[in-house]
Amino acid sequence: MADNPFRRTKPEPVPPVAASAGEKTLPLRINGKDFFHNGDPNMPLLWYLRDVLRLTGAKYGCGIGACGACTVLVDGKAEHACMLPVKALTHRDIVTIEGLAGKDALHPLQEAWIAEDAIGCGYCQTGQIMAAAALLKRKPHPDDADIDTLPNLCRCGTYPRIRAAIMRAATAPSETKK
Amino acid sequence: MSFDASRRRFLVVGTGAAGALLVGWRAQAQDDLPYLGARDQSQQLTDFVHIEANGALTIGARGCEVGQGVKTDLPLLIAEELDADWQRVRVEQLPYGYIETDSGPGDRYGNQGAGGDATATARTQLRQAGAVARWLLVQAAAQQWNLDATTLRTEAGFVIAADNRKLAYGELAAAAATLDAPPNPLPLKDPSQFRIIGKPARTVDAREVVLGRTAYGIDSYLGNALVAVIARCPYPGGTLDTLDDTQARQVTGVHRTIVLPGPRPDAPFDGVLAAGVAVLADDTWSALRGRDKLKLAWKPDPAWASDSSAALEAKAMALLADAISATVVRNDGDFAKAKKAPRTTTLTARYQLPFLAHATPEPPSATIQVSADKVVLIAGLHDPAGASHLLHAITGVPRDAIEIRLPRAGGDLGRRLHNDFVAEAALVAKEAGKPVKLVWMREDDLQHDFYRPFGIHELTAALDRRKHLTGWSHRVAATPRTWRDSRLAGQPVFTGLLDADAFPAGLLPNLQQLFHALPCGLPRGELRGGAQAFQAFAAQCFLDEIATATKKDPVVLRMELLGAPRVLRPGFDTGRLAGVLRIAAGKIDWQHKPTNGHGLGIACHAGNGAYAAHAFEVSVSGNDLVIHRAVCAVDAGRILNPLNLEAQAANATLAAVSAALHEAITLKNGQVQQHNFPDYPLLRMGQAPHRVDVYSVDTGADPASLDDIVAASAAPALANAVFAATTVRVRKLPLMPELLRLL
Repeated sequence: MADNPFRRTKPEPVPPVAASAGEKTLPLRINGKDFFHNGDPNMPLLWYLRDVLRLTGAKYGCGIGACGACTVLVDGKAEHACMLPVKALTHRDIVTIEGLAGKDALHPLQEAWIAEDAIGCGYCQTGQIMAAAALLKRKPHPDDADIDTLPNLCRCGTYPRIRAAIMRAATAPSETKK
Repeated sequence: MSFDASRRRFLVVGTGAAGALLVGWRAQAQDDLPYLGARDQSQQLTDFVHIEANGALTIGARGCEVGQGVKTDLPLLIAEELDADWQRVRVEQLPYGYIETDSGPGDRYGNQGAGGDATATARTQLRQAGAVARWLLVQAAAQQWNLDATTLRTEAGFVIAADNRKLAYGELAAAAATLDAPPNPLPLKDPSQFRIIGKPARTVDAREVVLGRTAYGIDSYLGNALVAVIARCPYPGGTLDTLDDTQARQVTGVHRTIVLPGPRPDAPFDGVLAAGVAVLADDTWSALRGRDKLKLAWKPDPAWASDSSAALEAKAMALLADAISATVVRNDGDFAKAKKAPRTTTLTARYQLPFLAHATPEPPSATIQVSADKVVLIAGLHDPAGASHLLHAITGVPRDAIEIRLPRAGGDLGRRLHNDFVAEAALVAKEAGKPVKLVWMREDDLQHDFYRPFGIHELTAALDRRKHLTGWSHRVAATPRTWRDSRLAGQPVFTGLLDADAFPAGLLPNLQQLFHALPCGLPRGELRGGAQAFQAFAAQCFLDEIATATKKDPVVLRMELLGAPRVLRPGFDTGRLAGVLRIAAGKIDWQHKPTNGHGLGIACHAGNGAYAAHAFEVSVSGNDLVIHRAVCAVDAGRILNPLNLEAQAANATLAAVSAALHEAITLKNGQVQQHNFPDYPLLRMGQAPHRVDVYSVDTGADPASLDDIVAASAAPALANAVFAATTVRVRKLPLMPELLRLL
């Protein structure tokens, strides 16, 4: 019997990483949960998120804070996870793309990204959404000039749709911005 | 397309889902991209449709999604003929499908190349898969109702009888799965019957993308895979001289290092791209710290040790002055005679294009497990069939025991046509005896690419006393694409850089195209736009220069060249090119030139059955170029998904604008000088136009791939607009540094 091709494409289960406090551990608060890091305190948050927690929504793009693919929110501000050693992040509130959506609904920016089909290859879009989330916190009704300041790179060239998505989210009725 | 009796063994009940219907069919090998599909020309089997008893309908996507929309667009074709309810269809990426058939190895799902699915043949194949599934469901319903199948119709997931009785596909799946498929290909819908094709369809996996749940190759984990990063030789063709890894191995988390020899001198780049030393560690950070501690000395290849951009430029100019060394690409009429005709004037200009890097957002990466009898690879690939061959060659594992999973890939632009990173990962994993995730850093990516070639174009026009174009000479000195590229083995040296049929070939009585090969040690490859973009920048800028010199309107000059609408040769209809040019001119309001310091520029190009024209309105303010309006008109035949077509045209436009404005790879002392985005700047939000207005013409003609053609006309239109705004003609890319130098 021919095998079912669809069965082979199921994602591998990701082993959960237990949060455990111990000696010489760094407490980190990510997406509302407490984690304790006992590895190299200089490890950039990006690699901690990806390789340790396996939260891979923050992407590697340049490693020097030049592309924005790894953008996360630290105390509500957009930061490049590749540039932040975890030791600098204790007692800070870190939100990654995985923690942006509400329990029952997507964040208005995520809804807007889908509505405008601002995807392309999609690799930079999580970082774009996080950068836009920080912008909307700072300025709930941004104009074109505000959007022009977003530093995140998009190789595909989806900038016009990203712009439209931010405008759509900013004007979405009666939705609470996170 | 032919079917045979053995087909029935492919109609199966899906495992674990009683009553599931899977449809497979045998098709003749298709005529695809010469190097993508040519390896296995045997019969192919494909399985694309899966219907469960509960009505869940899954359609398989065969091409690797790199941002070109195939994961959405190809399933649309199947859903159309199946009369599925598109809103309820689930799309799943198929793995690479290798299959042994009676006539040898084959590609189970047909061409899975990321770029090879726009052809009419491929579309017909996939529609046939949907049509067969529908036919089986209709037969099952006919049997159940004891009615003639021809009295039944289908709509949005139901078979409907003349008296409006309905059966859902799910209810029929089990019975349909026991039936024999039709003996011959089924008739497909007339376009007037389309319900799904031609309607806007959003990206099927957008939700996963925006939630950060999409696992790209770089996000994949296989068991306890070690992370590998590689320090590569910075000199093209160079070798490892000395290595001291003592300190690297002392870094916490580092397991070991592995030396990778570089490619054999002068052999095709079919394996690794450069000599290197891999550092394997528990995680990326440890691997990177270990790599920093390597003490390495590299030996350059003496042939290329003194390569520099300045020397290449000088060499190119010398070659252009020497007519003897040229390869003739095309020679119509007698250009030399046209040039010397009485009362003829000539105009000459040179245009210089730099090496370009792909800079895919997700750098090359590959996660792999190699054991004695099995290989598992997870990677974003353009050529999974090529990866399968390569893995077999490296590991000796039979191809049917090589599993290749195709996650969404973070961009391609042609970079993933090469599987050098797959070769690296396989060699490292084989040596380590453990699963490995190989990750490239951005510096690795910009320093070790298959670059879009460097070249200088020299164009000469002959104009008679009435200022009519009588002759056109296009000479190019460039680093050949064909160098050490086994896919282009045996092709003329200019392949991939000059298309003998490119506009304006065939429209002038005397036209010559000459190519001079410029030796250089940097690996070269395909970058979106390819020969079309390489050539069109020079040709379309030069047309504007001719228009200026002869005091003609640039649109009128192009229209005169195109002449009466006619099919000049297969794939080139002058009327269709004039059509998109007219739209672009109309939408940018060409007749009303701005008087506020803004400039309008236009260009058009055609090739492979696709037609594009661009028009920009720009101004220069201080050190910045402001793009006020961007118009792109395209005609790429029958439109499958207008939403994706708009995205592809806009994206290709902005990628071309990015390359034209800022991007360049340069050489000094035999090394690439760029390392990361600060010295290889990509277009940013604030530099991009707020909108790209895309106008698409659906002539109902055979579908064609539009990316290359759209990429081709954008850059010259932009340079022409800059000239209109500033009266400065930029003949050297990247445009911005050159413009600021000239202003």
